[in-house]
Amino acid sequence: MASITLQNIVKEYDDGFPAVNDVSIDIEDGEFVILVGPSGCGKSTLLRMIVGLEDITSGDLLIGGDRVNDKPPRERNLAMVFQNYALYPHLSVFENIAFPMRLAKGKFTQEQVKEKVERAAGMLELTEHLQRKPANLSGGQRQRVAMGRAIVRDANAFLFDEPLSNLDAKLRGQMRAEISQLQRSLNTTSVYVTHDQTEAMTLGDRVAVLKKGVLQQIASPRELYEQPANLFVAGFIGSPSMNFLPGTVSEGSTGSTVLSTPLGDIELPEQVAAAGREKEIVLAGIRPEFFEEASQVEESRRGRGSVFSAELSHVEWLGNEQYGYVRYQNDPRVADALANLAADMDADELRTQLVVALDAMSRIRGGDTAELWVDTRRIHLFDPATGENLTRDAEAGAELTRLAAEDRRRDRERAAAHAD
Amino acid sequence: MNPKTKSRLGWTVVTVLVLGYSLFPVAAIFATSFKTPGDLGNQTFLPTSWTWQNYEMIFVGDAQGLFLSALRNSIGIALIATFIAVVLATLCAYAIARLDFPGKRIILGAALAVSIFPVISVVTPLFNLWRTIGLYDTWPGLIIPYLSLTLPISIWTLSAFFRQIPWDLEQAAQVDGATQWQAFRKAIVPLAAPGVFTTAILAFFIAWNDFVYGISLTSTEAARPVPAALAFFTGASQFEEPTGAISAAAIVVTIPVVVLVLLFQRRIVSGLTQGAVKG
Amino acid sequence: MSTAAVPATKRGVKAGKPVKSQRTKAEARLGWMLAGPAFVVMLAVTAYPIAQATFDSLFSYRLTTPDEREFIFLDNYLLLFSDWTFWRAFLVTLLITLVTVAIELVLGFALALVMHRALKALRGALRTAILVPYAIITVVSAFAWYFMFDINSGFVNNWFSWVPGISADLDWFGNTWTALSIIMAAEIWKTTPFIALLLLAGLAQVPGELVEAAKVDGATRSQQFTRVIIPNMKAAIMVAVLFRALDAFRIFDSVFVMTGGDQNTEVLALLAYRQSISRLEIGLGSAVSVVLFACVLLMCFIAVKLFKVDLASGTDQSQAKAKKGGAEQ
Repeated sequence: MASITLQNIVKEYDDGFPAVNDVSIDIEDGEFVILVGPSGCGKSTLLRMIVGLEDITSGDLLIGGDRVNDKPPRERNLAMVFQNYALYPHLSVFENIAFPMRLAKGKFTQEQVKEKVERAAGMLELTEHLQRKPANLSGGQRQRVAMGRAIVRDANAFLFDEPLSNLDAKLRGQMRAEISQLQRSLNTTSVYVTHDQTEAMTLGDRVAVLKKGVLQQIASPRELYEQPANLFVAGFIGSPSMNFLPGTVSEGSTGSTVLSTPLGDIELPEQVAAAGREKEIVLAGIRPEFFEEASQVEESRRGRGSVFSAELSHVEWLGNEQYGYVRYQNDPRVADALANLAADMDADELRTQLVVALDAMSRIRGGDTAELWVDTRRIHLFDPATGENLTRDAEAGAELTRLAAEDRRRDRERAAAHAD
Repeated sequence: MNPKTKSRLGWTVVTVLVLGYSLFPVAAIFATSFKTPGDLGNQTFLPTSWTWQNYEMIFVGDAQGLFLSALRNSIGIALIATFIAVVLATLCAYAIARLDFPGKRIILGAALAVSIFPVISVVTPLFNLWRTIGLYDTWPGLIIPYLSLTLPISIWTLSAFFRQIPWDLEQAAQVDGATQWQAFRKAIVPLAAPGVFTTAILAFFIAWNDFVYGISLTSTEAARPVPAALAFFTGASQFEEPTGAISAAAIVVTIPVVVLVLLFQRRIVSGLTQGAVKG
Repeated sequence: MSTAAVPATKRGVKAGKPVKSQRTKAEARLGWMLAGPAFVVMLAVTAYPIAQATFDSLFSYRLTTPDEREFIFLDNYLLLFSDWTFWRAFLVTLLITLVTVAIELVLGFALALVMHRALKALRGALRTAILVPYAIITVVSAFAWYFMFDINSGFVNNWFSWVPGISADLDWFGNTWTALSIIMAAEIWKTTPFIALLLLAGLAQVPGELVEAAKVDGATRSQQFTRVIIPNMKAAIMVAVLFRALDAFRIFDSVFVMTGGDQNTEVLALLAYRQSISRLEIGLGSAVSVVLFACVLLMCFIAVKLFKVDLASGTDQSQAKAKKGGAEQ
């Protein structure tokens, strides 16, 4: 087990296209780090550089403190789970798991191989299937065999390349939990590539968000969610996505500061307003759950937000909650910024509609006009020109990530105690 | 950058090696074909002075009768044998790819069996039969046995090609308002044509290459193809070897092959491997 | 595809009731109408002659004296099997087959790997070059090699006179082993591209991810090759070897051109030719033909039964399996 350090890593292809551009990440020993981003963001390239399947154009890659840039994959002692599992079709499940040990001739005795494979098989519930060929296994079982092959290695780190993308949704959830528990119990440094932000949020100690080869932000899932560094991270993390409402910050009639939006004026608390006062126009990032029906909000909390009324175009009832949609006229000055954001996120054009999360009990229907309360303290303001988050509280964010690291340490101690 | 230059250098060396391997014997006979009779015995690779003499000999000189008729026979017989094989194989492969009928596997199995058949084994009875019924030393007398060479590979290659055609397109075209004939013509033919064409090239190569039938079932210029004729070339005098004339004739019959390879190498490779590996 | 689905349901119907539906019958009729002519022609040009040859081989039958034709049952075969000429031809053929296929497999693998790894820009040139020996007429190739080594016109003796044993008066075709070496060299040159292309297709079917996984799992280059690549293209290798072995066993053109069977280089096909066409001994020639045919059949049988080569589907089967596995997910 070892730490992995990426220092100013660059990957440039022959045509000069930089697939990965100046990425630096420190991965602690035992940490679970997720690389996430839309397709083409360079996350897989980065992973393949760590494992040694791609050359590093410039920068340093350290595993356990040693520079490994020029070492072939087999000298890096890493284990990788591939997207299509890469099981050897001509070998039985047993031999697939034993394969890495068979390659290191003379290092393991027959008994050691057998014992290690059987222990891994036991952990992964594969014991009954050891003699079968991969072609006769279900998707989930293949996934486990691939993990078994990684486990028996005593590798410095596990690398996962979109390992769940070939499974159906239900199985994906189950395997997600298994991977998470396995990583915790083995306490092996892990790097996991995915394009699915849900996987990123649920699995990672820290999540690195990449866009076009550039690292946008690396932080705990909570920090990414609460204190995103920029428009892209804010939009990419969270489902449904954060709403981006154009507006201008100005002094209201009653002496308070308001944000004038296409949906009306929203009163802002001073610490938020201060950040946007200088700008001609800002994008207000408001997550759907920041909204509530005004009638539902207790009197004591009402003052911490602002109320406005809007006509819902339609609602979607999901059982545990419902989403209401509000159409609005977009400001042409931010149209470009939003179109770019949509392209970056691999999404179709962003619809100019607001998504608000409503209580499942609410009887509001499409066409109704609703009185909506919004928690203005949690609103972030973004600069549409640079995408920068003007209201980011770096300290609060760092605190969230520090707490996550503490949680991980507690998990590790608990796992160690169990093992004893 | 250094490893890059190194690998580029390595690849250049490898490419030169492969090119040398593939082309050296051809280059040797090419050089020989331009040698004067005096040069032929001097044991050098290149002629000391280049001459068209050998080509004149086979096109307008002494060897003209032998070579030109053989060339005509080769072209005619190979083309006809290819054409018949491709037509029959197209119908057959269409049925195999498209229809479900008992005996499909038998047909493919028979094609395979015929393709591994030792040609010489059928030559003896054909030789005897052709003499009896008058097909010996005639075009049909070669075209018919050539089908045993060209048909099996055509059936295999075309079946493999046709299986990859999305036949649903035909129905889609009909839903879109095309008649059955239009649907076939507009949707299927453009997709099937490359496969048929490739198959024809492969079949032609095989017919063009034949030697056993050519030498066994002919006796005169009436039907003898080039490969067989090459073995019958004689020198200007009894003591002179016909090396120059053979080399020139060999180069002439190699030109069409090289041209086809240059133009269609990608197709030929896919046809070869599909027919043989995938089936 | 609907075409794939239709037969499946039809089969279900068949299993339920033995009576074929009108449509199934019509489809079968159309199928045979289209495929029949090709099938009949194939049989006519091979099955009939081999049957005739088998029949003829039981007679003492010489074309020059057709009236003396006489049924002698297996005497032709007994004569063959007691004659050293036959056994020599058999052994020479076998030797050529074994040596050429073995060398071609190694050389073919090297060529296939070169083409597989080659930069995109070079691939076309390499493929074109490699197709030249494949497509060239065998007789032309035989003459090219013959002229290179010929004692009068060849430049090889001149070029390699510094090699011990090679001198201006070395007659390559005057000695069994040197003559056989050149014959085999010409065969290898001409047919290696075929094996290389089949192996290339096999290589292309080994998923790149498997090789990468092996690299990560700690495999050296040679381990990647022996433990992952080769086992996964076993089917392609077997098919290539079998096809080439069957082809090599029929060798005729090169030997005919280079030595005409002199210097103990006669092969089975040449023996058959000499008996029937040159000497018009139809009975004996037919017997050689039948033996040659039997040898090819035997080789096929051994390959299919012992080595489990699935000729009919080749590498298709592994794909079908993978597909089946995928469907189970």
